This record gives sequence, structure tokens and C-alpha cells, in this order.
Amino acid sequence: MIPFEYRTPKTLKEVHAGLQEFGPDAKLIAGGTALVIMMKQRLVRPSCLVSLRDLRGLNGIEVEDGGLSIGGLATHREVESSSLVRRRLPMLAEAYHHVATIRIRNMATVGGGLAHADPNQDPPPALIALGATVKATSAKGSRVVPLDGFFTDYYETVLNPDEIITGLFIPKVPANTGAAYLKFLPRTADDYATVSAAAVLTLDKNLKTIVDARIALGSVGTTPIRATAAEAVLRGQPVKAEAFAEAGEKAKEATDPISDFRGSAGYKKEMAAVFVRRALDKALADVRQQARAKAAAKPKAKKKAAKKVAKKQRRR
Amino acid sequence: MNKKITFRVNGKKAAVEVPTNRLLIDCLRYDLGLTGTKEGCSVGVCGACTVLMDGDMISSCLTLAVMADGHEITTVEGLAKNGVLNPVQKSFIQYGGFQCGICTPGQVVAATALLEENPKPSEDEIKDWMMGNLCRCTGYYKIIESIQKAHQFAK
Repeated sequence: MIPFEYRTPKTLKEVHAGLQEFGPDAKLIAGGTALVIMMKQRLVRPSCLVSLRDLRGLNGIEVEDGGLSIGGLATHREVESSSLVRRRLPMLAEAYHHVATIRIRNMATVGGGLAHADPNQDPPPALIALGATVKATSAKGSRVVPLDGFFTDYYETVLNPDEIITGLFIPKVPANTGAAYLKFLPRTADDYATVSAAAVLTLDKNLKTIVDARIALGSVGTTPIRATAAEAVLRGQPVKAEAFAEAGEKAKEATDPISDFRGSAGYKKEMAAVFVRRALDKALADVRQQARAKAAAKPKAKKKAAKKVAKKQRRR
Repeated sequence: MNKKITFRVNGKKAAVEVPTNRLLIDCLRYDLGLTGTKEGCSVGVCGACTVLMDGDMISSCLTLAVMADGHEITTVEGLAKNGVLNPVQKSFIQYGGFQCGICTPGQVVAATALLEENPKPSEDEIKDWMMGNLCRCTGYYKIIESIQKAHQFAK
């Protein structure tokens, strides 16, 4: 690593000032788990590191407009162990749990991970399938960017050098919706995926017809890939295995993997079809499970209501 | 470019001036003489360099020393209190939780962090937590057994 200036601003204003002073030679650092490796390998040689570690109030996880708002400096570990995330979006907690090891998840931040933009990461496909957006803040103000379209190439995003990811927003999930994230790991548990697939499936109220589907894949291209053609074959279709298999085949066509020690390009393509199908199966099981849980909870609610009525009548 | 940092290491205050590109592991080993923490893979995969920062385990090979400024670091040297080994250390000795020993400081620190959060973990919970601590002698059965039985040594 070549020597560099190290700044520890306490406010966003000071962060912006630091970035302005050093221009494109400055790099932001939060957890540092990805950046430090790249600096050790001399792939990145910043003249200044502007640390975000002393900023306060950017790591909260809360409900907003029925969806979830996550601060850009929340760690992966905070997301995966948040009771709010686990209750409302267990699939997202699972996706964050899949990242590397606990040591990395204790340091790596949500915003840092997205800005790093490695196409092998776990959260991006899950977040794209969930329709998430990020808030990018510069000295000039903030803008909201959908994650679908955010990644442009290996380690490249639409972010400008002076922009910081200050927040992540996951909109409210519609009724009768199930979600799943699957990671194919033929080597070790902390490895990058050979292929990963996220599916979010919305059914009609009878759970017979597919109203909407969102599918995204990781590790099979230069960016996470949203499989829009696969989604299109599902919309309006009755729920059946053939439709899921067809969506898998369509998703496969959208991939462009490279051969490496995690599998040949051809193998990864085949596995993309398989894992999209399985992710859809799991998302469907999730919808049905939620419906069963709801049905099981209902009689109790009725009883409670009946009790209330009885109480009222007694009062009269 | 140097920077003065002040942090607590194993309960004691430490103040050192380090180059900004100094890694935490090198600061611990060479500036503070705490050679218990080992460097294995240097890319955050093997777990040999595991230390605790404010109680959370991290890879000291991926952490800049300047990032520890103002924080509390615990290394394997800080686990024993007044010369008495902690339950995990005692259990590793009792149940043979190591072979060649190079991964042991990382294993012991990681297992201590686990038991702090979950005093009686199941085998699956141990595997999930310890997944990032590699033992190339493949002594995993004994490591898992040592962690499972560590509670016997807790007061």
C-alpha cells in the first residue's frame, strides 16, 4: 500500500469538503473490507482516504411508508440480525447473512458494499428483486437511484465521484407476496456464488394467478442482472411448475457468465435456469406459508372480536 | 504520512504514531509486540488474524490501524484474566482443540466472541459462526467439541 492522507470528518459537509479538496484521487472508506484488499494489491491507489466511520445517525434501520429504510453506514451484520428486517423481509436478512464471514459483516457497510459493485455480491440481486432504491448525496443535494440500473460494469456504478450512499430504501411489499434468495455454493460456505438468484412473487388473493414477479441474478455477468424476459412470461399466468421452468430458461438467456474455478460459463448458465426455478418455488412456498399463518391467526382474531361484542352487550 | 492513534488494547491504553497505511495486525505485532495474532491469508478469509473491536470480531489484516483509533481491541493475549485462562482456552487444552496451532489464536478469539453472544450454541450454530476460521490440519471435530464443552469451565 502506498501512503495516503487519512481524514476523519464528523459531518457530511466535512466529507464533501474532503472529496472536493482531493478530487478523484480521494476514496471514501467505511468498513474497508473491500477497499483495503484492492489497495494492498495496488489496484486502487488513493492519495487520500476520507473515512465515514465518525459520522453519526447513518446506520439506522426503520420502517418508512410501510417499507424499510436502512442507513448507508449500517453494517451487514446489523441488517442480518435486525429483528425488524427478519420479521418484515426475512429474505433480505438471509441475503446479508450469506456475505462472506461474520468478521467481514461486522465491518462492511450497506452503502460501501453497493458502491463497491462487485457482481458476485449477495445483497444486490435480492435488493433489485425487491425494487430497492439508494439515496446518493453530494454537496449539491440528494437524488434517489433505483438499484435496477445502478450497476454499470465490474466495480462501476452510476454514482458520481462526489456522491455518497447515505441510505437504502426497500418499498412496501404488496399483499400475497413471497420472496427468496438462493446462493449456489459448490465450494465453501464463505465463497462467492457460482450463481445466485432472487425472486419476488406476487399472487392474486386466491393464490392461483401470478400478478407480478421480479427476478434478479448474481455472479453471471459484469453486473447483477434483472431477468425481465423471465418476469414477463410469468405475469398473468396460473401458478404451475411449467411456468417456473420456462422463466428459468428465459433467465438463462439473460446471463453472460465467464468460466472460472467456480464453474464453466456453460455450467453457470444451466445452473442459472435451475436456481431461478428453485427461487420461484421457494418464493411460492413463502406466499403459501404466509397465507397459512394468516389463516391460523384468524380464528383468534374473530374470538377476540366476539369477546369485544359480548363485553359491549354486557355493558348495555 | 503518519497519524497518532490512541486506543485500548486488552484493557490497557496504547498510544502510537503509525503510518496511515499500517495495518492493524502489523501495529499489534510490531508496534505493540503482541505476536499472538497471526497473519494467514491476508485477504480476510482464513480467520488467523481475528481480533475483537469493541467486542465484535474483525479481520485485523483488513483493518487499518488508524481505523482502531478510539476503539477497544482485544487480542488472544487479552483473554486470560490475572493469569487465569478463559473457559474457551481451558476447553481447547482439555479437549485437544488444536494441532499445529497457527490458527488457534483466531479460533479461540472467535469462539470467545460466539460464547459471549450465545453461551450454549448448537453444533450448527458453531459451524455457522466459525465458518470463517480455517484449520488446515483439519482439526475441526476437536475444535467444535472444545467450543461445545467450554461452558463447563465457566464459573
